[in-house]
Amino acid sequence: MAIEDDVLVIGGGLAGSMAALAAADAIDDARVRLVTYKQSTLRHASGLIDVLGYTPDGEGPLVDPFDALADLPDGHPYERVGSEAVREGLAFFDEIAGDAYAGAHTDANALVPTHGGTVKPTARYPASTAAGLASDDRDALLVGFKTLPDFEAPLAAEHLAAAGAPFSARGVTISFPGIVRDDAKVTRYAHLLDQDESVATSAGETGAREALARTVGAHLEGEPRVGFPAVLGDEHAAEVRAALSAALGADVFEIPMGPPSLPGVRLEDLLYAALEDAGVRVTSGVPVVEYEAGDTAGADPADEAVAADGGSDADRIDHVVVDRHGAEIPHRAEQYILATGGLVGKGVRSERERVFEPIFDCHVPHAADRYDWFVDDAFGEQPYARFGLEPDRELRPLDADGDPEFANLRAAGAVLGGYDFAAEKSGAGVSIATGYVAGRRAAEEAGAGR
Amino acid sequence: MANDTEVLVLGGGSTGCGIARDLAMRGLEVTLVERGNLTDGTTGRMHGLLHSGGRYAVSDQASATECIEENEILRDIAGHCVELTGGLFVQRPEDSDDYFREKLEGCRDCGIPARVLSGREAREVEPYLANDVKRAIEVPDGAVDPFRLCVANALDAENHGARIETHAEVVDLLRDGDDIYGVEVRHESGPGNRTHKAAGTTEEITADYVVNATGAWAGQIGAMADLEVEVRPSKGVMTIMNVRQVDTVINRCRPKGDADIIVPHETTAILGTTDEEVSDPDDYPEEGWEVDQMIDTLTELVPILEEARTIRSFWGVRPLYEPPGTGTQDPTDITRDFFLLDHADRDGVSGMSSIVGGKFTTYRAMAEEISDHVCEKLGVRASCATADEPLPGSERIETLEAGMDDFGLRSPVARRSKQRLGSRASEVLDTDEANPVVCQCEGVTRAEVCDAIDQSGSDLNAVRIRTRASMGNCQGGFCCQNMANELHPAYDEETVRAALDELYQERWKGERHALWGEQLSQAMLNYALHATTMNRDRDPANEDEGDGLEYDNFDGGRPTAETRADGGARLRGETGGEDSSRGRGDR
Ligand SMILES: Cc1cc2nc3c(=O)[nH]c(=O)nc-3n(C[C@H](O)[C@H](O)[C@H](O)COP(=O)(O)OP(=O)(O)OC[C@H]3O[C@@H](n4cnc5c(N)ncnc54)[C@H](O)[C@@H]3O)c2cc1C
Ligand SMILES: Cc1cc2nc3c(=O)[nH]c(=O)nc-3n(C[C@H](O)[C@H](O)[C@H](O)COP(=O)(O)OP(=O)(O)OC[C@H]3O[C@@H](n4cnc5c(N)ncnc54)[C@H](O)[C@@H]3O)c2cc1C
Repeated sequence: MAIEDDVLVIGGGLAGSMAALAAADAIDDARVRLVTYKQSTLRHASGLIDVLGYTPDGEGPLVDPFDALADLPDGHPYERVGSEAVREGLAFFDEIAGDAYAGAHTDANALVPTHGGTVKPTARYPASTAAGLASDDRDALLVGFKTLPDFEAPLAAEHLAAAGAPFSARGVTISFPGIVRDDAKVTRYAHLLDQDESVATSAGETGAREALARTVGAHLEGEPRVGFPAVLGDEHAAEVRAALSAALGADVFEIPMGPPSLPGVRLEDLLYAALEDAGVRVTSGVPVVEYEAGDTAGADPADEAVAADGGSDADRIDHVVVDRHGAEIPHRAEQYILATGGLVGKGVRSERERVFEPIFDCHVPHAADRYDWFVDDAFGEQPYARFGLEPDRELRPLDADGDPEFANLRAAGAVLGGYDFAAEKSGAGVSIATGYVAGRRAAEEAGAGR
Repeated sequence: MANDTEVLVLGGGSTGCGIARDLAMRGLEVTLVERGNLTDGTTGRMHGLLHSGGRYAVSDQASATECIEENEILRDIAGHCVELTGGLFVQRPEDSDDYFREKLEGCRDCGIPARVLSGREAREVEPYLANDVKRAIEVPDGAVDPFRLCVANALDAENHGARIETHAEVVDLLRDGDDIYGVEVRHESGPGNRTHKAAGTTEEITADYVVNATGAWAGQIGAMADLEVEVRPSKGVMTIMNVRQVDTVINRCRPKGDADIIVPHETTAILGTTDEEVSDPDDYPEEGWEVDQMIDTLTELVPILEEARTIRSFWGVRPLYEPPGTGTQDPTDITRDFFLLDHADRDGVSGMSSIVGGKFTTYRAMAEEISDHVCEKLGVRASCATADEPLPGSERIETLEAGMDDFGLRSPVARRSKQRLGSRASEVLDTDEANPVVCQCEGVTRAEVCDAIDQSGSDLNAVRIRTRASMGNCQGGFCCQNMANELHPAYDEETVRAALDELYQERWKGERHALWGEQLSQAMLNYALHATTMNRDRDPANEDEGDGLEYDNFDGGRPTAETRADGGARLRGETGGEDSSRGRGDR
């Protein structure tokens, strides 16, 4: 007896979560399961939701990403699903994210300050970043901490000026009250503020929030907003910001940081809470290691109809095998969604001679010589950044001949190829749009087959 | 007219820095010019083996003897730059017994302590050796950090009054008839420590004597004064693994061959190498099959290398030389000895000698011999002290280490920092300022990075070679921006940006040769971090990017009643599609 579901999503990053949520939303009491292995890329990611900041030719920053969607080359994931689906996916995300995210009031991209001090275009941003937009012309005070070498506030302020930001920014570096170890992790800063721990200051013991606001207040010269590296609380981030803001009499915002990224973690927490609310069963910490193909001869008529839709008699996946700490547990579903990420999430892997997708061995187009996988300029057009599966418009991965690998497998997110999310600034957007489409279609198809 | 300096040394590799220190300690006035950073030539692109002499014990016993002597001296004077790993010459079933015997006898003839281990004993020392390894000879090979050692020589030369100019390329030799009396250099950013974007200048430096220690480039320098120096540059590849599969230097015990040695180095192990003549030391092919050959051949000795992660590969060029008319075909047969070419004797042109060939391990002995020669030319009588005087960082190192605390650092960071800094640790790490770790892979703190910046200016590659920051698994992906942050406010934003770009591209250069498996995933992660999170690939602050960027056109935040009242600019971002029923708010 295998574990049975309607839709099984493999991989619990942004794409997998969106796919599972969309599947659960698409039909009533759909049985949806999500199996995921390691921490997703969200812990590395800034927490911003980029849709499209630059065209594949490097044109940009784009004011309106939707304007550019129609002109994307064949095979780009957005081209596969179509611009309407991108809008729907994003609207679905907006509903799930609720007040935690902003940017939905307009199609236009926002320009957000980076921790290096330049700006980047993005479509949705965490509420914590909303007051910090570089496309907002209010002056800003940037605050860095002596013990946090990742963010040098005075340098970031100078860099914003060099990038032409329409306001004046000033940076100061302070000691973070209550941080005693020079190598404290970002979670330690967040925890101090979350718990409003009592810290010793020259004015006696106070709560960490008040102590921080006082230290910063001494440097404030009337700026209407104050930016910090993204360490302002984890579980009680909104409360922490509100407290600092009230004490400073200025809006408070976070500047997205590199790994480990608290805004990314907060987004992940938000998604997992939504999965729970939606009744998706989540198994994490365990990988899917292999699959068993179905025997097409014995398939029922409904299955054949599906195969005919796909224009080929592609195999069906009968079940996949999950490795639970050595025990191999079969999981069976009507429909499968592969959302195991790209090179970072390990949904795409490589050896000296080849690039491959490890679970189903789906076709990953790549040059035979690994010296053709890269170009010499680190920021040039990098072929490796586009490694991934080639899907049809149903998001079914295609084999080398252009036929679906399996009738009941779809792929979403960074496991897809044909786009460079880093250069385009399209990472989360592609995951949301393709996850949404894959999830909905898979659920509808599973529902039809029930 | 008095000359600018007594001795002018060209080239800031181990040879040049060794000579500068030696002469400065003898009381001479010395200037050294180097076109890039110290160690930018072969010295920064070598294998890191502190030879016991074992490798030459059969083929070249004079070199072998010199190696073991210098090996012992360097342990004393440069304790903080060497690691006494020991080495093994490993015999596989297909390797010759005769050669094994010759190697053992050769070692004994040259005074190299050598002991035979059975296959089982060898595997007890190095558990990952292949099961069919027959036996091994144990010798006192070691690992040496060429950057640290070379910089320590330069630092000590400066302590003795020398002037060291990096990013100062010799563009011409000043020759008057049959006399060379100096050089013309081009300072990339003016004399002194490097500052990006500062304007370049040229300078004529005159000297009583010029020493051409430009290694593989010595022929190019010679040509500036119509002198022929027949260097035959020979390239070799080295591949760095992400962990130390071995803690001992592993040599294959057979006559000669490519891919026959593994050197543990800090947290890595380095595979090497090859020997192939090239025509231009600045431009030669670097190819994937060479990397494959390292892994595939050395897997015969240490099978886990097959699956292991490599973090980058690099190539260096040997400054091989042979006297005109020798006509050796195979570069591996060219002697590893060094040659001092006195152009007065050789070409009838006075004022300059060239040094070519040699090995890193014997740099000090070479420098001594050359310095003797220079002194003789200048009629100076002063004796060499470099064999007895420890380098900065290695003075009274044992006593100091015992007394040193951890400077408030976590123990692995403290241990590694102290190893790198040696006796300079207190001076550098003892600070009242916050001292967070800047490079996590290598455990490098702000204080150490700032110390390196003080020495070398805005050049982050110079900081890298001094500290190892950005040399670990992530190859700078996670830390090079933090290193750059430390340049501020001493250097302005534009300089910091240029320095960061330069370091990032340099790291990528070597990483390209390791792009599969884990390291390709790491490369994608680095790329995502720098391009996606930081937008460094399309930074509007860069010249070619920001043109025509109108901030007004972008989303300036959700308009509230209050901001609506004042804000034309911020409303323009709104292009409709607002759906208030979704209730997005900023807070
Ligand atoms: C450093 C960095 C910064 C980024 N910044 C931004 C940004 O600013 N804006 C933006 O829009 N996007 C950004 N992105 C992109 C974005 O965060 C995601 O990478 C992208 O959305 C892809 O998500 P995914 O769900 O497809 O893959 P991932 O997030 O990689 O998730 C894949 C999941 O699948 C799991 N998995 C893999 N193999 C198996 C298996 N065999 N069995 C079960 N589970 C498996 C993995 O453990 C992982 O949890 C950034 C990415 C990185 C790396
Ligand atoms: C692959 C390989 C592996 C090796 N492994 C080992 C080993 O394990 N152990 C060992 O002992 N030895 C080893 N060696 C040998 C050793 O590295 C060299 O013998 C030694 O580093 C040479 O030092 P150098 O100072 O003579 O030359 P370099 O280090 O090349 O110094 C010459 C300097 O001159 C500079 N220069 C060039 N042109 C100009 C100009 N116009 N103006 C100003 N400056 C200029 C260059 O930038 C360079 O920095 C190895 C060599 C190679 C190639």
